Amino acid sequence: MQKIEELMYKRASEMLESGEVDRVIAWKKGETCYDVSPATFTKDNLEGFVYDAFCGANLSKYLVEESKKGGKILVFLKPCDTYSFNQLLSEHRIKRENVYVIGIECQGKIDANKLQKKGIDGILSVEEKGDKLTVKTLYGDKEIAFEEALSVKCETCKSKEFAVSDETIVLNEMRDNREKRFEAVERLEKMTEEERYAFWQAELSKCIRCNACRNVCPACTCTHCVFDNDKSGIAGKANADSFEEKLFHIIRSYHVAGRCTDCGECSRVCPQNIPLHLINRKYIKDMNEFYGEYQAGAAVTALNPIVDFTKEDVEAATVVGGKK
Amino acid sequence: MQEITTTHKPLIVAFCCNWCSYAGADLAGSSRLSYPAEVKIIRVPCSCRVNPIFVLKAFQRGADGVILCGCHPGDCHYSTGNYHTRRRMALMFSMLNYFGIEKERTRIEWVSAAEGAKFSQVMNDFAKTINELGENRRLEDLRCKK
Ligand code: SF4
Ligand code: SF4
Ligand code: SF4
Ligand code: FES
Repeated sequence: MQKIEELMYKRASEMLESGEVDRVIAWKKGETCYDVSPATFTKDNLEGFVYDAFCGANLSKYLVEESKKGGKILVFLKPCDTYSFNQLLSEHRIKRENVYVIGIECQGKIDANKLQKKGIDGILSVEEKGDKLTVKTLYGDKEIAFEEALSVKCETCKSKEFAVSDETIVLNEMRDNREKRFEAVERLEKMTEEERYAFWQAELSKCIRCNACRNVCPACTCTHCVFDNDKSGIAGKANADSFEEKLFHIIRSYHVAGRCTDCGECSRVCPQNIPLHLINRKYIKDMNEFYGEYQAGAAVTALNPIVDFTKEDVEAATVVGGKK
Repeated sequence: MQEITTTHKPLIVAFCCNWCSYAGADLAGSSRLSYPAEVKIIRVPCSCRVNPIFVLKAFQRGADGVILCGCHPGDCHYSTGNYHTRRRMALMFSMLNYFGIEKERTRIEWVSAAEGAKFSQVMNDFAKTINELGENRRLEDLRCKK
């Protein structure tokens, strides 16, 4: 990753220097190595520029606001982020001509929480060596399998192809885990209704309605969101009843159904570790099964299955049961 | 000690489109075919008028079952409304079931204006199913329950 970061830094400073772009959207170091956040860089200030295993954040959504400000922007996108970018393009949320996209290599991002849960505390830095991850900590070096530290969204990475890019920086072949994508959803489908109810009840009751999942989602770019509308009856506030917990999640996931690229950001940012991607992925799986394979963001011109229909569509009763 | 007995009276919400299913319900009435009193009909211009949140709100307000009735595919007064309904609700109902809500609580039926008998039979059958299932416990809002 070190090498990739160097190449990225080189391209960013070149392009800023030559005036090809005015700003760069990339990741910035925080106080600790795992506290990386998205940031905008300019010509005289590339300080803190970083690209490593903690750069999980999807930068595409920041372009919605940034590209309105005028000027040309360079953005670095991992393979999964390029789908979000495409989806935003198809929704006319970003001006393509204002953005220069560099697709970058990604071997999966790691989740510091997972390291901490494994008892690895006081993390100073990490180093990837093939399938292993060496973690330097205050208490000495620890080594664990890279796989074990992977963030949830990367465990089932859907693709390592760039859906869109103007240039790419890729040195090594990238791992993907697409065959595992629907495993967890299938496991839930196989449970009884009662078990599923208990599962979701336990998960969703943890929700504190912080709205982080909405705020981070590249599909959630409405300027006036229902959850900010006091008159909608579902405005953002702490859930007062178990019904509200479900209501929020059903509405949020339904709003992005067909537009959700399965980028996994919602689950990544949830402070309560609710597996939100399993809700959205269920819609994706259903749509694939009922209406044919569809990947949001794979093409800019594709029609979202939820606004489309055919005369031969399956009946709800056939797919859900409905009748006894 | 006084014995506490509660008998649950089920509530069924039926969204019926104006042009076919509502007329079907009318025909059932004028043909003196009965359908259960627990079925409350809400007339909508077209089945696709039913925003998925209507279904959720119905459950919130105490419905034990929700049924959508529209024109047969191909016969929608607005040509394509019910095709959209079919997709939306297939996904929606599937999601509700994924959350553990009993799949029998939601249903879609296509009932034409000439099918008074079908309307009555569908409603009787649905009410029977909901009666057997009992109270909706998994998608209830306790604040709305009396
Ligand atoms: S990020 Fe998590 S806790 Fe916050 S609103 Fe979303 S699901 Fe709830
Ligand atoms: S719902 Fe989650 S996985 Fe889907 S696009 Fe939004 S953040 Fe990404
Ligand atoms: S939750 Fe719905 S209304 Fe709010 S931003 Fe997302 S898509 Fe828009
Ligand atoms: S008018 Fe009956 S379904 Fe559209």
